[in-house]
Amino acid sequence: MKLLILLVVVVGVVALAQLARVYELSAKLRKRREEDISHADNRLNASLFIVFMLAFYAATIYLYAAYGDYLPTSASEHGVGVDALMSVNIWIITAVFFLVNTLLFVFTAKYYYKKDRKAKFFPHDNRLEMIWTVIPSIVLAGIIIFGLRTWNDMTGEASDDAILIELYSKQFDWTARYAGANEEFGVSNFNLITSNNPLGIVTNEGINESLAELDAKIEELETTVNYERGVLVNKKKDFEKQLKHLHEHHAGHGHADEHAEEGHDEHHGHEGLTEEQLKSEIAKIEEMLKSDKVSVLSDVALEAKQDKLYRLKRHKQRVLDIENFDFSDEQSLSAWEAGKDDKIVKGEFHLPIGKEVEFVFRSRDVIHSAYMPHFRTQMNCVPGVPTRFKMTPTITTDSMRTIMDDPEFNYVLLCNKVCGSAHFNMQMKVIVESQEDYDNWLNEQKTFFVEEVKEEEVPAAPAAEGEPTASIN
Amino acid sequence: MAANAHHEESFVSKYIFSHDHKMISKQFLITAIFMGIVAVMLSVFFRLQLGWPGQSFGILETFLGKWAPDGVLDRNAYLALVTIHGTIMVFFVLTGGLSGTFSNLLIPLQIGARDMASGFLNMLSYWMFLASSVIMISSLFVEGGAASGGWTVYPPLSALPQAMPGSGMGMTLWLVSMVLFVASSLLGGLNYIVTIINLRTKGMKMTRLPLTIWAFLVTAILGVLSFPVLVSAVVLLIMDRSMGTAFYLSDIHIAGEALDVTGGSPILYQHLFWFLGHPEVYIVLLPALGISSEIISTNSRKPIFGYRAMIGSILAIGFLSFIVWGHHMFVTGMNPFLGSVFVFTTLLIAIPSAVKAFNYITTLWKGNIRLTPAMLFSIGLVSTFVTGGLTGIVLADSALDVNVHDTYFVVAHFHIVMGLSAIFGMLAGVYHWFPKMFGKMLNTKLGFAHFWLTLICGYGTFFPMHFVGMAGAPRRYYEYSQFEFLDWVMDLQPIISTFAIIGALAQLVFLFNFFFSIFRGQVATANPWQANTLEWTTPVEHVHGNWPGALPEVHRWAYDYSNPNYEEDFVPQTVPLKAGEEDH
Ligand code: HEM
Ligand SMILES: [Cu+2]
Ligand SMILES: [Cu+2]
Repeated sequence: MKLLILLVVVVGVVALAQLARVYELSAKLRKRREEDISHADNRLNASLFIVFMLAFYAATIYLYAAYGDYLPTSASEHGVGVDALMSVNIWIITAVFFLVNTLLFVFTAKYYYKKDRKAKFFPHDNRLEMIWTVIPSIVLAGIIIFGLRTWNDMTGEASDDAILIELYSKQFDWTARYAGANEEFGVSNFNLITSNNPLGIVTNEGINESLAELDAKIEELETTVNYERGVLVNKKKDFEKQLKHLHEHHAGHGHADEHAEEGHDEHHGHEGLTEEQLKSEIAKIEEMLKSDKVSVLSDVALEAKQDKLYRLKRHKQRVLDIENFDFSDEQSLSAWEAGKDDKIVKGEFHLPIGKEVEFVFRSRDVIHSAYMPHFRTQMNCVPGVPTRFKMTPTITTDSMRTIMDDPEFNYVLLCNKVCGSAHFNMQMKVIVESQEDYDNWLNEQKTFFVEEVKEEEVPAAPAAEGEPTASIN
Repeated sequence: MAANAHHEESFVSKYIFSHDHKMISKQFLITAIFMGIVAVMLSVFFRLQLGWPGQSFGILETFLGKWAPDGVLDRNAYLALVTIHGTIMVFFVLTGGLSGTFSNLLIPLQIGARDMASGFLNMLSYWMFLASSVIMISSLFVEGGAASGGWTVYPPLSALPQAMPGSGMGMTLWLVSMVLFVASSLLGGLNYIVTIINLRTKGMKMTRLPLTIWAFLVTAILGVLSFPVLVSAVVLLIMDRSMGTAFYLSDIHIAGEALDVTGGSPILYQHLFWFLGHPEVYIVLLPALGISSEIISTNSRKPIFGYRAMIGSILAIGFLSFIVWGHHMFVTGMNPFLGSVFVFTTLLIAIPSAVKAFNYITTLWKGNIRLTPAMLFSIGLVSTFVTGGLTGIVLADSALDVNVHDTYFVVAHFHIVMGLSAIFGMLAGVYHWFPKMFGKMLNTKLGFAHFWLTLICGYGTFFPMHFVGMAGAPRRYYEYSQFEFLDWVMDLQPIISTFAIIGALAQLVFLFNFFFSIFRGQVATANPWQANTLEWTTPVEHVHGNWPGALPEVHRWAYDYSNPNYEEDFVPQTVPLKAGEEDH
């Protein structure tokens, strides 16, 4: 393969060299200077512009015909306005595209160099310039007004009876949360995220679960750090040194009584341990060294673990801080309670047709973007900064399948902000259905303390070639 | 700079640590060409994956080794290649390369100065550019790979090494490289501004400056005002990464751990970044427009139409470019009213842009057009500038942007309006001023072949991307097979990739022509294009101080082509006005 590439390169270079030599020679023969473009060349290039233009236009028209209806009819209410605006824009820019390119290419082709002609000296013309300042301004004013009207419609407040849904992103999947009966989301806190509480909803159970998990991790890490062989051996050496030191003292002085009043320090190691204590410590370490918990870590790895331990302890403190909130305040109490009936779904989420939905977007790690092209909807999910978007679905999945003539068709939510290695496969199915079906579906969904779901089993994002999608942790 | 310092120079002070703007301009050009080759190769690599996903290509394994096991591009490597491709193209080729080369070459020559205001700072600017290039390239080789979060490197993705492999060492190098890059462009920019303001020769009024110089001046001002903001963004990001601050971070739970960060905002970074980022696209584009103004007028043998309107539109574009950055952030959850303001300011830019386009076309009208390779590329530029600019109208409309933001529609838009136009402008400049830089001529016929292949492949690559994007295909995706609703547009992908590969190969024609002609090209004459500007009054063989004798004196604007008062169809700026003749 390498040889082949080399060969191609060599052949290419040789070919080019020959080519250039030929040109060099021919130019010399005809005593032609490079800057003198011959009539034939000018004419050739001029005609090529026309040929190019026609081919380009043909290709453009073909592309419009074959791919011009880029997406099926909008499945949301505001999307209809967006599509109308888009068509107007596309019509205008397509017209200008043809007009200006045609003028450009035709003028180039028409006015190519002729020896006996002199160009028209035409340095400026205020009237003309006024025309092409004013006309674009008017067209743009139209586009701006139409555009901003659509924009205002789609970004306005949602009505009070809109369904509240949170779309929560992480590397590399989506979770949807429904507010439940009380129509209010429970408070969430990223410190409380555990595998059972992927959104970190604040409830007693949530806090306890999080603390339990943290404690387990801390203990595990402490064990690893404490049982690290090097650390143990060093500790043991240290104790042995102290012991030796203690003995030397005894031997050196002989008359222990004389020195009694100098303080009992003398009889202890420098950490203030007595001989017995030291011995028992050493025995303990020896015992530990025999256990199968002993690990061997490099300095760097050990330091990393100690660091992590420190961070976990800080994390635990933050969780405890949540617990220490004063809940006598009625509002926080209700927010706290509100989380209990939140419903959490993965893989797919459902929407009732014709009902306004207020989406709230959050992210737990990096920026993602919730993009639902069929609904002409997109909003970034930004860690720490919740965002929102409202829409009303107007076409059920079933109807869209008929429209598309594709029984397999599904609406999707996809990630449209680069977020890591599996960015290209971070998706969730969206189902639009009748109110009744929707109610049934929602009733079946569990409230937030879902059964432990292994991430690999999430049906949504089918992994590429069988690799797990959620890979980073 | 002494006027006639004819002392012998050593090799080092002449070719390496040169203070001479002409040499520095060549250094910038050659470095940028090298960076361009790398960036194009990267794009071919990931275009292979996009065109034929999952297929094995020996060439990938040859070049990328463990990043393309069995010849299939790794998904992390894919993101790294896209990121470095974009970074190199925008900053190293089209900012450093384009401004660095042509501002350096043309500012002193066209205003009639002996050199830049400070030759030393100018040299420093090049060496920092080189250092930052070397660091950027070396980041491709570190463990974990180069930065992979896109050329915009949004945090938290770029701030957290645990978020992706490319956010480790590769990201650190990216940031360091960018800081050096900005330092380089600030030194360059200040120098350009001071030189243009102070060192114009006698008679070179601001209203007689060639449009190239106006474009370089406004570009430099944009750079000086906006790049420092990028540095602050980058420095804060560096602190978030390595010093435990949380300017951009809040409420993050990643890799199974809740981080100890609250109160920052990732959106803050985006505001800072795009405050540079939008002016940056004009930093890329304006020099190209300036160059093409000059070339179109010269080769149409006609004055540029509406000289003052052209200056006005450059200034208007420059000013407006500072108040439109929010159009990159319509879907970040910004206040919809603020969004409306940005819609309005952004669409205003279309007006001066339209004026420019129509003025170019009127310049061609009833001209006597010499279709030199430089002229071909300039005409190509006008076409891509219009085609790409028009889709900007869609993107500027927030309601529409919601559905095409971050899709291939955007990729199509910015490649055509920024990528193709600016590259065309740069190539046009190389073809036009090659005789001035190297004293030799480029081969014209190879130039023709290069142009036609590049134009066809450029449009062939990027035009169909509009449709891929409108169908809802996001950018920065490693592959699209996970989404059935996109299947039907995916037959465009192999076509796009084929054009991209042919287009990349076509650049070999140029490379060959370029390097071959430096040594073997036809020896240039003093004013091969019969142009009016001052650089063509200097001797072909470079001298220190540019003009062997006194500095030329300027009596008229640069665009007296086919002036009816004169026999010849060009009247150099040094020719005094006839009795009773009025300056333009
Ligand atoms: C050989 C010609 C080129 C080809 C085939 C090419 C192709 C591509 C493709 C396919 C992408 C990936 C888009 C995505 O997934 O987001 C991309 C990204 C990009 N390209 Fe190019 N490109 C070329 C030249 C240029 C030029 C001349 C520029 C100069 C402005 C440029 C600037 C960029 C930028 C800024 C990005 C975005 C990188 C990112 O997403 O962070 N490219 N290019
Ligand atoms: Cu994502
Ligand atoms: Cu912008």
